[in-house]
Amino acid sequence: MRLRYLTLIAVAFFSAFPLYYSVVVASRHNSALAQVPPPLVPGGNFFANVARVFDTVPFGLALVNSVIVAGSISLAVMFFSTLAGFAFAKLKFRGRNAMLVITVATMMVPAQLGIIPLYMLMVKLEWTGTTYALIVPALVNAFGVFFMTQYLSRALPTELLEAGRVDGCSTWGLFWHVVLPAARPAAAVLGMLTFMSAWNDYFWPLVVLNPDNPTVQVALSTLASGYVNDYVLGLAGTAIGTLPLVAVFALFGKQIIGGIMQGAVKG
Amino acid sequence: MSALPLAVTRRHRRSVRHTLDLRVSPYAYVAPFFLLFCAFGLFPLVYTAWVSLHEWTLLSDVQEFVGLGNYTTLLADGYFWNATFNTLSIGVLSTVPQLLLAVWLAHLLNRRLRFQTLFRISLLLPNVTSVVAVVVIFSQLFGRDFGMINWILSWFGVGNIDWAAGTASSHVALSVMIMWRWTGYNALIFLAAMQAVPRELYEAATLDGAGGFKQLRSITIPMIRPTIIFVVIVSTIGAMQIIAEPMLFGQSSGGGGGVATGGPDRQFQTLALFVYEQGFANSTFDFGYASAASWLMFLAVVVVAGINFLITRRVKGGIV
Repeated sequence: MRLRYLTLIAVAFFSAFPLYYSVVVASRHNSALAQVPPPLVPGGNFFANVARVFDTVPFGLALVNSVIVAGSISLAVMFFSTLAGFAFAKLKFRGRNAMLVITVATMMVPAQLGIIPLYMLMVKLEWTGTTYALIVPALVNAFGVFFMTQYLSRALPTELLEAGRVDGCSTWGLFWHVVLPAARPAAAVLGMLTFMSAWNDYFWPLVVLNPDNPTVQVALSTLASGYVNDYVLGLAGTAIGTLPLVAVFALFGKQIIGGIMQGAVKG
Repeated sequence: MSALPLAVTRRHRRSVRHTLDLRVSPYAYVAPFFLLFCAFGLFPLVYTAWVSLHEWTLLSDVQEFVGLGNYTTLLADGYFWNATFNTLSIGVLSTVPQLLLAVWLAHLLNRRLRFQTLFRISLLLPNVTSVVAVVVIFSQLFGRDFGMINWILSWFGVGNIDWAAGTASSHVALSVMIMWRWTGYNALIFLAAMQAVPRELYEAATLDGAGGFKQLRSITIPMIRPTIIFVVIVSTIGAMQIIAEPMLFGQSSGGGGGVATGGPDRQFQTLALFVYEQGFANSTFDFGYASAASWLMFLAVVVVAGINFLITRRVKGGIV
């Protein structure tokens, strides 16, 4: 029993330490990194380093872009996933099961392989360099649909829908007045998961955006890819660009983890 | 007399609208997903095959049909095979220890435990850290001269390792990053499956005097086999597509080389990174060649995932 706790504490330590250490480095001066032993507590240089981040890359613009992109993707995914989840979980129609199976199967498709035609498509649409290229393809995804289907088939009583029908609700009316309110807890978790993954998305934004109109992750990679290794600069950017999200996660972690584990079992 | 037909037609019209609503609404509600998937998921994948049969670059408007020419060139391209080797090597190094560790951690968490939530949150912290942040942080930790990992190793008399420079050492460093980011996530998925295993099985086993490890082997693992197969397949598909880690490691470890070469000697260029280099990072923007590489990569994903599926089924069957 004691061994179990010791192991778990060690694992928790290894999970958290690199994050802590990145803050330590981000709050130091580059010269401090050459010390032996390396510094283990934060220094007083954090805000000076952050100011340097804003001087080096358009970080303010990157933050605005990331908020817009991740925010609109999350709202759209919550809405469209609940809509499709309602149909799959509670409505009867021909081909329902086959379509649900196909939806789940698309999660296995290695999306990265289509990256070149996807880029060509964006060139045709004249969306390269704009946030449309990030938002539109991500408006709804298979995971979200599956996640909401699972939740609604479990948590939404069919009698409630039947009562709504008797009262003369159309299908859309049912969705709006009955399903949406009932779906709120799961949709909130889905929204947080989607926001985090959209915020952290790196490869596609890198391909399709320009360095002068970046998202946070693209700006961070610009910071990190200088030929002179300015780790302090890179980690200061990391600290303001990604750690707030980690902090939010730590606050809502319980609900988010519950969501991940629920979505996982049936998959 | 005259009011009746009016009421009937109104009722009729309402019932038509009602039937239409019942028939059409479900399809309309699932349509956004399927439309989006066709446009931005399926179409690009299929179109890749078409592009791969052409001499096709971003710079030229003329696309010449070359049949399987790109594929034969690829199969003779040493860089392609180098990338294939690196992908498999990093894939094995990162996935195998990761999944074993994840099963074990889930096993440890699958008990009444104080601070359960705290442990779970800390396990998932690395997963909500962005890949850029992970590589920047670990490039510093793996730094040759002032990195903390070399500093700790020096206590045991190990000299300063230039992690990014060697093939084996860079693969280890990248695998550590991947493991750090994904072990906790997979542990939670295993844990979710383990919680569905009936408690009585464990109680009976305890009465029979079976210890923790024995219970893990002969109860837990057989019972969560579907989840294990699922996680192995998903991890395989993910591992075959690794790109951001080697790309950023090449840039932030300061070893030189191109943006997408995976180190100056291509010592850690993966297949996906090779595709990116051909399509976007070198001056020819050779979409045809890159698309051919994409399709070979897709084949590799299918083959490796299939093999792993068979192995996972077989091995677990042997233990039971």
